[in-house]
Amino acid sequence: MGASNIKDKDIQLTIGALLRYGIWTSLFVSITGGVLYLIKHYPEVVHYDNFKGEDTNLFQLLSATLQGAGKGNARDIIMTGILLLFLTPVLRIIFSLVAFFLEKDYLYTAITLIVIIIIALSISFGFAH
Amino acid sequence: MTILVFTLILFAGAFGAGLVGSLTGLGGGVIIIPLLTLVLGVDIHYAIGAALVSVIATSSGSAAAYVKEGITNMRLGMFLEIATTAGAVCGALLASVIPANFIAVLFGCTLIFSALNSLRKKEEHVVEQSSRLAMQLKLPSTYPTPQGPVKYGTKNVIGGFSMMGLAGILSGLLGIGSGAFKVIAMDNIMRIPFKVSTTTSNFMMGVTATASSVIYLQKGYIDPGVCMPVVTGVLVGAITGARILVKANPQKLRAFFAIIIIAIAANMIYNGFRGTF
Repeated sequence: MGASNIKDKDIQLTIGALLRYGIWTSLFVSITGGVLYLIKHYPEVVHYDNFKGEDTNLFQLLSATLQGAGKGNARDIIMTGILLLFLTPVLRIIFSLVAFFLEKDYLYTAITLIVIIIIALSISFGFAH
Repeated sequence: MTILVFTLILFAGAFGAGLVGSLTGLGGGVIIIPLLTLVLGVDIHYAIGAALVSVIATSSGSAAAYVKEGITNMRLGMFLEIATTAGAVCGALLASVIPANFIAVLFGCTLIFSALNSLRKKEEHVVEQSSRLAMQLKLPSTYPTPQGPVKYGTKNVIGGFSMMGLAGILSGLLGIGSGAFKVIAMDNIMRIPFKVSTTTSNFMMGVTATASSVIYLQKGYIDPGVCMPVVTGVLVGAITGARILVKANPQKLRAFFAIIIIAIAANMIYNGFRGTF
């Protein structure tokens, strides 16, 4: 019981630190991209009143965004920051999975896996076309 | 309007949303979606994408700020998340086929419900005898208090599970955190103590948002130009709000904001019926 308690607290503290680190990094990247974006585009007119639906799959989106960010495209840099933000709850789920497994709670390891599978399924909806 | 003006107004509004969120517990999407759609003329799909970004920001942000000293019931959260994520995926997919006006009306109704609910007195009933299903799922637990750990049990698991499914659909469809429904499911239906339900709900919000976020990204609801001022504004507002919170009277604040929110909700519903979306 003692050993798994230590691991539990360690995991909690690690998650807290990782989340903090992740959010600040995400913010920094987003703001950098935001400043670049504003400098280049500030006098342009907004046109967000028309929504063009898209259907890219996640992996295409990730690689296109990272490539664009690498080339210095401001919108892609912002998007990278947002993607980093989205990563933070994913890390929480993965850590929960690890925590349950280390506690030998196989019922909840399975339950967490079910939740992860549902989320993974949602990626497949982007492959429909 | 120009991108610069748009960004500045949006940042200010998101700051307000973050402030309100941390002072009252009413979610950020509540202010951001009407601000974007009614004031700035943005299509509702971009608005719900931005709202989702702010939900994840506040959920992860507050999780990072407080070390959860064993209050969150991760088993309860994870089990209910099966219902919530499944609902969120359905809701997010529905958002692409349901007309924007309907989403607006639904959003308005949810807002009113949420605002009224936050004003209700919350009585705590501690469950002595948990249901069999609750025990099989290892849901009863303890939470720490200055006087030592307090035990609690739970029941009506199926009822709570179903309500969370509904909360998930609304989350995916509207981009909100649907905290009110989570509280109803855990506090009222499953009789979980308030502190536990609040922290567990925060944990769950991040997981549910992840499910919606994959679909939102793939369908193109997340626009960097809209989301960047939102996420920065909300985080700065939330941090400011957390500092002010100590000196403010939460009950009066909640009442004040509930009135504003009901006004906004009525506006959304009215515009939804008029077909302006």
